[in-house]
Amino acid sequence: MAYSEKVIDHYEHPRNVGTFGTQKEIKERKDIGVGLVGAPECGDVMQLQIKVDPESGKIEDAKFKCFGCGSAIASSSLATEWLKGRTLEEGESIKNTEIVEELSLPPVKIHCSVLAEDAIKAAIEDYRHKNGIEHD
Amino acid sequence: MNKPIYFDNAATTRCDPRVVEAMLPYFTEKFGNPGSRNHSFGWVAEDAVETARRQVAALLGADRKEVIFTSGATESNNLAIKGAASMYAKAPAGSSGRGHIITAMHEHKAVLDPCKRLQKEGFEVTYLEPPADGVITAEQVAGALRDDTILVTIMWANNEIGTINDVPGIGALCHERGVIFHTDATQWAGKMPVDVNKDNIDLLSMSGHKIYGPKGVGALYVRRRRPRVRLTAIQEGGGQERGMRSGTLNVPGIVGLGAAAALCAEEMEAERERLGAMRRRLETTIIEQLDEVQVNGHPDKRLPHLTNISFGFVEGESLMMACKDIAMSSGSACTSASLEPSYVLKSLGVGDELAHSSLRLSLGRFNTEEEVDFAAGQIVESVRKLRDLSPLYDMHKEGIDITKIEWAAH
Ligand SMILES: Cc1ncc(COP(=O)(O)O)c(C=O)c1O
Repeated sequence: MAYSEKVIDHYEHPRNVGTFGTQKEIKERKDIGVGLVGAPECGDVMQLQIKVDPESGKIEDAKFKCFGCGSAIASSSLATEWLKGRTLEEGESIKNTEIVEELSLPPVKIHCSVLAEDAIKAAIEDYRHKNGIEHD
Repeated sequence: MNKPIYFDNAATTRCDPRVVEAMLPYFTEKFGNPGSRNHSFGWVAEDAVETARRQVAALLGADRKEVIFTSGATESNNLAIKGAASMYAKAPAGSSGRGHIITAMHEHKAVLDPCKRLQKEGFEVTYLEPPADGVITAEQVAGALRDDTILVTIMWANNEIGTINDVPGIGALCHERGVIFHTDATQWAGKMPVDVNKDNIDLLSMSGHKIYGPKGVGALYVRRRRPRVRLTAIQEGGGQERGMRSGTLNVPGIVGLGAAAALCAEEMEAERERLGAMRRRLETTIIEQLDEVQVNGHPDKRLPHLTNISFGFVEGESLMMACKDIAMSSGSACTSASLEPSYVLKSLGVGDELAHSSLRLSLGRFNTEEEVDFAAGQIVESVRKLRDLSPLYDMHKEGIDITKIEWAAH
């Protein structure tokens, strides 16, 4: 399968790879929200972590790890780039179709962008939940 | 060293230049139809075909009259399985209870699909489930034999994992019980010794392009004595190949198959040795440098030149993408957009994740030790890179059992 140049670039030079600590440490940190989506038997698992500045309410840092194909890795790498500096509401508004467009994902890889959108939403939700923030 | 390096010799092989050389005259000056009995053009072509038939027969320990030329192993399998089923059916077409056939779940599709077709046409088929090591034994076949079993078809070596079934033992059992025995030897013949008599084989399929010959040509061995095996033809017409396979013979292809068979027979011992050492070196390098690696299939009962390795906590497609200088196969059919893990690995009980992250490397005549070292290095480096990216590998190292997590499957 031929990958777009942008997918290859993200795959070869993934941005913001990593975590803010072990699973246990992360659970206890209120400034961090985690989204863990996908399933190993389906061939992709994304872990997205956001670090939120409580003062401004903005996402000051984001990190990811991904088990998945090149498009899944690129989608989650791109998501971390886009999230930095945004408010939670702005982060939440990222649509999978924007990821598809930016990375020129073919139809068989659209699920990777959906997974990235799910991971973003899950991470933001986790942050809100930890901090008792109500949201409709 | 040219890149990408070709380690997919179980998919197809490069035609040996000596084979191409042998074929060339049969496209041009020696273009005759072996069926033309009245002039020298026909006689020259017929001589060439008969030489090739002798060369293939010699590779198999058979008589030349027992070799039928086909378009490849797919056709040989179809002719053997459907042709034998139809000839030895216990009830006429259109009725049920026409007879019982035994095969295995990890056979090639070119065996499984003809069997499925026969099920629709009134035959019953048992698909043996291989044990975890992938090896089908005579005992397992014995357990499935019935009074109405007419055919057993078990491949010699598996194309994905290289495991070797007990063909001589299964053949002996079939002969004892008066059942026809077919083996798909596409991955075996030309690489490993065959003696159709000692190995108790009635029908054997092989293909040119897996043994450094051309594509689009193959052979079916059909036993003529003890027992005399008869087949109902699938392709009908001019009555070539003793009526079992009509159609003007593919003379250049057949000459190529013959030349390829002769070279394989000559170089088999040395090549087995050389490729076996290279494969062991490849496996050892990888296993020594990486944890959570598993070689699939029986440790010893497998082809010397083929290995199938699963890497825990990395995904197959990204692994293929990372190993961009190596041409090889993956255990996951992502390329077809279906994301189905290999049915062969699944039948052995390999979990979906490990099946997805498996690589098949098959070495061949034109590979060098330098290429093996390069490939091992690139695979190790790629797996490390992807594990650095893998949340699952982190969890594994933290002692979290990922099978216990409730994943939201999508
Ligand atoms: C075990 C086995 N059987 C049959 C085939 C089909 O061979 P051919 O391409 O000659 O039809 C192959 C090759 O893909 C094979 O590996």
